[in-house]
Amino acid sequence: MSNHGGSTNRSHGENWLPILELAIQEVFEIMVGCQVRPVAPSEHKANEEFTAMVGLAGALCGILTVCCDAKTARQIATRMLGDAAGSEDQAADALGEICNMIAGNFKNKLTGTDEQCMLSVPTIISGGEYTFRSLADGDSMETALLFEGAPIFVRLQLHS
Amino acid sequence: MDKIRALIVDDSSVMRKIVERSLRQAGVELEKVVEAANGAEALAALQGNVVDLILCDINMPVMDGLEFVRQAATAETAKGIPIVMITTEGSESHVVQALSAGARGYIRKPFTPDQVKEHVLPLLGKKP
Repeated sequence: MSNHGGSTNRSHGENWLPILELAIQEVFEIMVGCQVRPVAPSEHKANEEFTAMVGLAGALCGILTVCCDAKTARQIATRMLGDAAGSEDQAADALGEICNMIAGNFKNKLTGTDEQCMLSVPTIISGGEYTFRSLADGDSMETALLFEGAPIFVRLQLHS
Repeated sequence: MDKIRALIVDDSSVMRKIVERSLRQAGVELEKVVEAANGAEALAALQGNVVDLILCDINMPVMDGLEFVRQAATAETAKGIPIVMITTEGSESHVVQALSAGARGYIRKPFTPDQVKEHVLPLLGKKP
């Protein structure tokens, strides 16, 4: 995926990044049954074969994306379901739910925001050959977390 | 109550499986599980299935969970069946809307089997 995002206002990005990372870690610990560790996104190569997106509207307006390779998405599905290897449909479904729960958990941690922010249902893209153009022109933040040695990229892009 | 029949409403099939597993882990013995991907499917499912418990997401396409609870409140097929919301929407206003519409419980995602136990078992006449 190539990314043509909006400009970056670092004030919220710096304040909210630890909250976003905490929201991600809680979701993985509770729903996937494993711990994920934040790492520098620049130190890991993106192989974004699956992208899950959830839109935010209201007090927070923008989009949250979760990207990873196909093998990682299948491993997440397998761990969530607790049975044999997940199919591609299950992998996409699982990543969409992970994205949805991260978005919900994140906004619920921002005092005063959860009441006035709505989430869309998740959308999942399979395949990395696409260009992402966001109209978000406000804060943007990105983090990467290691799941069983593979990076998962989470990006939040907001309208000002 | 012995084995129960549950209707699980969520647009994610993975989440429906997780909710079913959490019910079993909470000690609920399931005789039958009916699945629906949105509120409209859930209302249709109630036409042909008798259930004892409904677990329902909020953000779903076609008909969301809050609208389902509102319609279920006046539907003869859903009369007296406890509905528990399981959702990422954690705001107080969502909780109030859901409970006002007739939901009997509210669980925020991400959730643990213990939370399912705490919110669901009392509705089935069992101690958590």
